[in-house]
Amino acid sequence: MTTVRPAGEETEVVSQGIRPAWRNDTEFLVEAGRRLSASLNTRRCARTTTELAAAFLADVAMVVLPPTRRRAGWLRGVAGQTGLEEGEIDLAAAAEVPGLAEALAGFPPVPSRWLDSTQTPVWLLPEGFGPVGHLLVTPLPGNGVPAGALVLARREGAEPFDDKTEALVRVFAARAGAAISAAVLYQEQSATNAILTGDLLPPPLTGLEGVRMAGSLRASQQAGLIGGDFYDFYLPDADALREDPGRRPLVTLGDVCGKGARAAVLAGQVRHSLRTLLLVEGRPERIVRLLNRSLLASPAKSPFVTMVLGAVHSAPDGHTRLELAIAGHPAPLVLRADGAVEEITDRGTLLGALRTIAPALATVDLAPGDVCLFYSDGITEAFGGPTGGEMYGTARLKADLATCAGMPVAALVERLEQLNTGWLADGVEQDDRALLAVQAAPPAARVPAGGGSGGEER
Amino acid sequence: MNKLALAHDLEAAAEQYLERIGHADEFGAVDLALNLLDDGVPAETLLLDLIAPAQRRVGELWAANRWSVAREHGATAVSDRVVAAIASRVRSEPVLGRVVVACTDGEYHALSTRLLAEVLRLRGWRVDFLGASVPGTHLITHLHQKGPDAVALSCTLPTRLPRAHATLTACQAVGVPVLAGGPGFGSDGRLARLLGADGWAPSADAAADHLQAGGLPSSPASMDAMAHLADEEYTQLVRRRPAILTGAMDALADAYPPMALYDERQMESTAEDMAHVADFLAAALYVDDVAVFTDFVTWTCGVLQARGVPPEALVRGLRVFRDQLREFPRARRLLAEGIRSAHAAETDDADWENER
Repeated sequence: MTTVRPAGEETEVVSQGIRPAWRNDTEFLVEAGRRLSASLNTRRCARTTTELAAAFLADVAMVVLPPTRRRAGWLRGVAGQTGLEEGEIDLAAAAEVPGLAEALAGFPPVPSRWLDSTQTPVWLLPEGFGPVGHLLVTPLPGNGVPAGALVLARREGAEPFDDKTEALVRVFAARAGAAISAAVLYQEQSATNAILTGDLLPPPLTGLEGVRMAGSLRASQQAGLIGGDFYDFYLPDADALREDPGRRPLVTLGDVCGKGARAAVLAGQVRHSLRTLLLVEGRPERIVRLLNRSLLASPAKSPFVTMVLGAVHSAPDGHTRLELAIAGHPAPLVLRADGAVEEITDRGTLLGALRTIAPALATVDLAPGDVCLFYSDGITEAFGGPTGGEMYGTARLKADLATCAGMPVAALVERLEQLNTGWLADGVEQDDRALLAVQAAPPAARVPAGGGSGGEER
Repeated sequence: MNKLALAHDLEAAAEQYLERIGHADEFGAVDLALNLLDDGVPAETLLLDLIAPAQRRVGELWAANRWSVAREHGATAVSDRVVAAIASRVRSEPVLGRVVVACTDGEYHALSTRLLAEVLRLRGWRVDFLGASVPGTHLITHLHQKGPDAVALSCTLPTRLPRAHATLTACQAVGVPVLAGGPGFGSDGRLARLLGADGWAPSADAAADHLQAGGLPSSPASMDAMAHLADEEYTQLVRRRPAILTGAMDALADAYPPMALYDERQMESTAEDMAHVADFLAAALYVDDVAVFTDFVTWTCGVLQARGVPPEALVRGLRVFRDQLREFPRARRLLAEGIRSAHAAETDDADWENER
């Protein structure tokens, strides 16, 4: 078997980092298969293709990606050099390269000897590369549509691309093309997915005067960020306030029957319904009853929802009063500044099942620094502990909450989530878990200038 | 501002800073940091020479029983806000590649990881900071979607090492090299090397230097299985953890009659302590590293002593495990070393008492 080496290289090709020396075409293809099958990211697949080709097949290798809006991205690697260059060209420029327009259109490759390497445009090559002796342009076959093209060049005086090499390049291009097109497909679908799930993620919790809030949501399905638990808050708009000056902001935390995407979609609908209902109604009890009617009319198969809904009233002396309606949901806990924890015991009936419901009603007065904690049953029903077979339970949640007196709400929520996660047994399927803490702003708390909200990606 | 004056200023500021975060004084702490920034102190210096040392102090103050858990968490939350404030004030153009920064699944010590994320951002990287306790699958999905040049993976507690190893291997399997960091990998990075990380850095600035110098391979190497796991001690200990812990609690009650008078909360916290011993033992078995276990014992003795509990309490627990794990020769050796370390800690403590 003939092994083609780039000019100037003898036994080992090193283009970046430590790379094994491939002794023959088979070893090269095995390594190519291993590395190309690893990623579902378009750029990384293109990068791997370029690196492999530059290390084994030519003096310079360039992958041109499928064009979008008449422009195509490219990556270029040079044998024996570290790092890749990246750029973009328009299709008119691509057409200057002999055979490239045809390859990008998915036409079968032509043998290298038919391509006039003297026509190679200067931009194709790195600066100082010198004249090209041999050019080989190969389409990267994809899922029906081409996945771009592979351009290989060897210096003047180097060995030409023989039939065997051209056959090897076609096999390599087929693997690279399959990897890149799978990645393109995945990227498109995950972009769609990101748009669809964007609205289902919990909202940032800022902008409610006199109140501090923090929340945490852990979906049971590890790969997904969404599930049937939700929390949200709503500010009444100016028109609603004109009609009813007593209209208050709402906070809610709830749990939709089921898990995963299906539950998340219904949770999203509930959140939108609440936003709309606040335009016409401000009393939590009335809103919960209206939501129940809406759920009963829903085409969803089992639209069962439990939730806590609270209207946030500001009271004298920096106090905050929560007017709560609880529908079949674990009742919130209240942490006083001195560490005492109180529980509102009534759960009320769940929504979406019965025509007549009886939500539990309660009013909670929060002195500055007091915290009202909303949580879902995934928290208390977390299964694990030191022996692996115990429920976390409400008593433990209350005891842990009591240790959080005096903490900023963000720290409180993080600590409770941490203790709860620590409790979970590894490998047991868990429920979604949600926490939302609402605190009447502590006495000395002022909002500092330039404070961002932490933890999110940018 | 010259270097000496800067060091002096920072030293004075550090005291004040600690005082303010200790009172959860977010406004005061943010002001202090932003004023230093306005005075010309570089953002990276603030992150690494003001906030990071303060955070280490917070941990020490908690361990010494001088700060409550609530105060420790409050201070950390405030520091997190300070980092956010500095980050929003200083813009930097991403000119280098993309790096994903994440804590291992189950890890909540996110502040030091966040400091790394901000340092990398300041140095010109595009950074995706995924935060505390990132599930492995979530991280891998992110890698497919964003195609970063590297993952910086943090592990603070050795008990998370098996999980960190799984995550690290998964990142490498999708072709992304991993830079490991955090005390969990050992103060000298030996465990990062053992687990096949593509690089290791002892601090945020060292990590940034390492990445900038192109210290990571573009495609990670695959690694061999760890031969010492063939004895299955780790596997058996983890699989039988609930039964082993239940047995250990019974044996402890027999060996220590006062336990009969424990209330529910005391029993529970004893069970948690025993679970902790089992988890560190499992981690030490996983990486076959005595120091992982003895460091834990020494540290725990210190924490116990600060709370007026003699190391003997821990030794009792270690003995119970040693007697129970008859078919685990490697674990028994670790436990014997642990008992020795606990006794050493006791002697140190006695010496110290005598000196006073």
